Amino acid sequence: MHPAKIYPENLLTGKLGIDSVPWHEPIIMVAGAGMVGGAILVLGLITYFKQWKYLWTEWLTSVDHKKIGAMYIILALIMLLRGFADALMMRTQQALASGGGHGYLPPEHFDQIFTAHGVIMIFFMAMPFVVGLMNIVMPLQIGARDVAFPYLNSMSFWLTAAGAILVNVSLVVGEFAHTGWLAYPPLSELSYSPGVGVDYYLWALQISGLGTLLSGVNLVTTIFKMRAPGMTLMRMPIFTWTTLAANILIIAAFPILTVTLAMLGLDRYFGMHFFTNEAGGNPMMYVNLIWAWGHPEVYILVLPAFGIFSEVVPTFSGKRLFGYDGMVYATMCICLLSFVVWLHHFFTMGAGANVNAFFGITTMIISIPTGVKIFNWLFTMFRGRVRFEVPMLWTTGFIITFVIGGMTGVLMAVPGADFVLHNSVFLIAHFHNVIIGGVVFACIAGLNYWFPKAFGFRLHAGLGKVSFWCWLVGFYIAFMPLYALGLMGMTRRLDYMNNPVWHVYLIVAMVGALIIFAGIIAQVAQIAYSIWKRDELRDVTGDPWDARTLEWATSSPPPFYNFAVVPEIGNHDAFWDAKQRGQGHPRPKTYEPIHMPRNTPTGLLIGLVSVGLGFGLVWHIWWMAGGALLVMIGLGIVHTFNEDRDYYVQPEEVKAIEDAYFARLQAANKKDAA
Amino acid sequence: MASHKSHHVKPVPTDQTAAELAHAHHDGSHGSVKSYLIGFILSVVLTAVPFAMTMMHLMPVATLIPVIIGIGVVQIVVHLVYFLHMNVSSSQVWNNAAFVVALIIVLILIVGTLWVMYHMNHNMMPGMMSVD
Amino acid sequence: MSSISGPIDGLKKELDSAYDHNPHDHHHAGDHHDEGPKVTLGFWIYLMSDCILFASVFAGYAVLKDGTAGGPNGRELFDLPYVAVETALLLISSLTYGLAMISMEANKLKGTIGWLVLTALCGLGFMGMEIHEFAKLIAEGNGPNRSAFLSGFFTLVGTHGLHVTSGLIWMGAMFVHLFKRGLTPQNRIRLMCLSLFWHFLDIIWIGVFTIVYLMGAA
Repeated sequence: MHPAKIYPENLLTGKLGIDSVPWHEPIIMVAGAGMVGGAILVLGLITYFKQWKYLWTEWLTSVDHKKIGAMYIILALIMLLRGFADALMMRTQQALASGGGHGYLPPEHFDQIFTAHGVIMIFFMAMPFVVGLMNIVMPLQIGARDVAFPYLNSMSFWLTAAGAILVNVSLVVGEFAHTGWLAYPPLSELSYSPGVGVDYYLWALQISGLGTLLSGVNLVTTIFKMRAPGMTLMRMPIFTWTTLAANILIIAAFPILTVTLAMLGLDRYFGMHFFTNEAGGNPMMYVNLIWAWGHPEVYILVLPAFGIFSEVVPTFSGKRLFGYDGMVYATMCICLLSFVVWLHHFFTMGAGANVNAFFGITTMIISIPTGVKIFNWLFTMFRGRVRFEVPMLWTTGFIITFVIGGMTGVLMAVPGADFVLHNSVFLIAHFHNVIIGGVVFACIAGLNYWFPKAFGFRLHAGLGKVSFWCWLVGFYIAFMPLYALGLMGMTRRLDYMNNPVWHVYLIVAMVGALIIFAGIIAQVAQIAYSIWKRDELRDVTGDPWDARTLEWATSSPPPFYNFAVVPEIGNHDAFWDAKQRGQGHPRPKTYEPIHMPRNTPTGLLIGLVSVGLGFGLVWHIWWMAGGALLVMIGLGIVHTFNEDRDYYVQPEEVKAIEDAYFARLQAANKKDAA
Repeated sequence: MASHKSHHVKPVPTDQTAAELAHAHHDGSHGSVKSYLIGFILSVVLTAVPFAMTMMHLMPVATLIPVIIGIGVVQIVVHLVYFLHMNVSSSQVWNNAAFVVALIIVLILIVGTLWVMYHMNHNMMPGMMSVD
Repeated sequence: MSSISGPIDGLKKELDSAYDHNPHDHHHAGDHHDEGPKVTLGFWIYLMSDCILFASVFAGYAVLKDGTAGGPNGRELFDLPYVAVETALLLISSLTYGLAMISMEANKLKGTIGWLVLTALCGLGFMGMEIHEFAKLIAEGNGPNRSAFLSGFFTLVGTHGLHVTSGLIWMGAMFVHLFKRGLTPQNRIRLMCLSLFWHFLDIIWIGVFTIVYLMGAA
């Protein structure tokens, strides 16, 4: 196995040549063929069923927050499959290569797999998933008709998708980084990583990072400026609060990532010396800066997760959320504290006792507001009439799993203990414990919870439960052995282990991963089966769970304008409150024109062209990179000259849509009564 | 207060919607020629003084650096007030909140990085610490 | 609950009442008149994130400023009178932009464009001087790959320069907008945002000349 060949640069194709594709690597070729084949199949099916026009007008150029959110989640689910395939390969390799054999993955390939797994799971699975849920749900929860900047929203999504495309292109054309998901220098510097892997990493993250930042600005502005009348800050649903907190963190933290990666890029492209070993550079500064982004990033993911659980628990307990105020303050405390703990990721680097003590203590403090939240959820369930529907199952699974993960985290917040556990698989077990147990469980809970709102039919409960139990059991079997292995001294990222004692643990971990795989299959089956049986699973009322917040006050799926009449809010469980007063679905006598944004392909085009920008930069194809950049700027400027961006939906059209909904509601009520 | 006053003093623009718009969003706080000139003159002084102090070596470096940083901070405040028209009116509450958050993060980031990196270099690369 | 969290409750009320001043309350959601405050607030939030971006570059520079690796340091390289002229250009451009905004307020299209042209000229002059300074340093063998200090210097000053360049491109597009449509509500919002951007860059420059040039030359 040799790294993909790099040609001497030429003007036309840069470093790219025919051998840049690793033709002789069977595993990559099979995966690549699967990917390309899948893409051709999908495109072919769209063409065969003549769906291009529908796709173009209803989805690709859409600026509707609900559709953009759905596209984020589709991206996340596809990337979950890709990232999980990497995970499965790592687990099988370690199981095979600890019992005397060498496994089937050579080191160069194994290194790319663990890097790609981390990058994909964080940036292209977890991030799009939470951003997608925020996009679908938050505007509905605050009674808005769209986000503050709908066109920007579309561009944010397509930039994120462009990053994901670049990472996947690297599978077939060239290579991905061998460096681990944070690409520490000096390993990621040109002298030690001369290939294009790190460049793919840099540009994929820069492009998608820009999308994330713009989406953060957009959602924060939406929450500040577009709440329905009467919805004061302290009446916002908790998911909206956590969306606010997470997006504040995005705005504050992502610029740090941009700068850090840009500095590494300048080192690689212009021979600068930010993080090199020589000429005064300082690799430790990279570690410092990237974690100043990295720790807030953890909370960017987990705060919305907390928000999802804070919606699910009251709904399925039939009770108001316990300690709403406490939940809000805990969220905002975590938001600020998340910026003063970053050094706990590198206690061992040698900042000394005083610095380590400070960051150790702040890390322990941050667990307090998190603990407050756990108790709030438990007290909400306490003496409630808990319905164990699928979202609630994930929530209970989360509470137990996350507490265990949190406790191992506090353990490692002790600098002395961290010197033993740093970069061991104990750490791997810890962060999977909180990210799978926290973020992934929340995303799937949120998917099951809000799917009927987004698409108008529920997901099949039985398959959802199968998926849950497989995930939960599989998670414990896969990761508990890693805690033990970490304490035995096994470090992370090993592709070969000459220690027979570890073998059995790694076999168990692999079995766990396979059980999770069964859970993912059940998940895919659940979605497919539910689409097939969608008429039986139809949600006619718009409120399938007897829920409490405003997003359930409208039909499922909501009309494109969300609310025919913007509701007045007097309570933080706004919809529940209205239902209690018998005014859950007030029927207005007249309708007013509704101001809506028009679709535009600009975001899609800028996103697509940015793939060319990234690809050109990776392969030093300067004409392509320069041209793409000019086209992107040009598209952006041309868009500003388009003054026909919005229109008014006429009252007759609104009335027709609303009358149909009320007819469905009445039919459903009659059926209920009978 | 000031906003309401300026509302009356200003000539009424012909384009009604534009006028409404300008007043609706920042209470007419574009400033006046006078306020821009005050800001400009202050800035010129606050720029000239540290340049002069540095170029003429008026004081030892250990004193000079805190002094020019102090003057720089003052000039930033001058710009914020006279050019960016930041004030404490209620229409600006989110702008100010965002500014305060950004300020906190900037301080944490810069002070924290310098603190961490100083100790790290001190412990791990003592040979590369600057002599003074 | 309120008795426990007294001071925070106060803040809560303040935030809530601040919301009540929001014009959004009086109009209905999605109304045309909301565009202005929404856009300027969104742009301001973006600027805050840009501020943090610069803070990261400043932090990097501050850590690496002694990493001269045997090469020249700031005292040997920086030409303060030259930097003073650059600073003057930016400062004047801030004033002229302010005057452009005042012309806009008074509904004077020609005045607005005139002051904007002066602003753009100052900006171009600044960029010309900066490029000349960079070219000179590189020609002398003191380019960004000479030492970590110079990497930090070129990156910090260059990041500011890149922002000024984007401001100039924006101004170019702005001229076309103004010639085509005049002082429409849309264009007023754009001028307002560009104004925020331009003044913001001047503030960043205060940090640059203080921390990089003055402290470097001291």
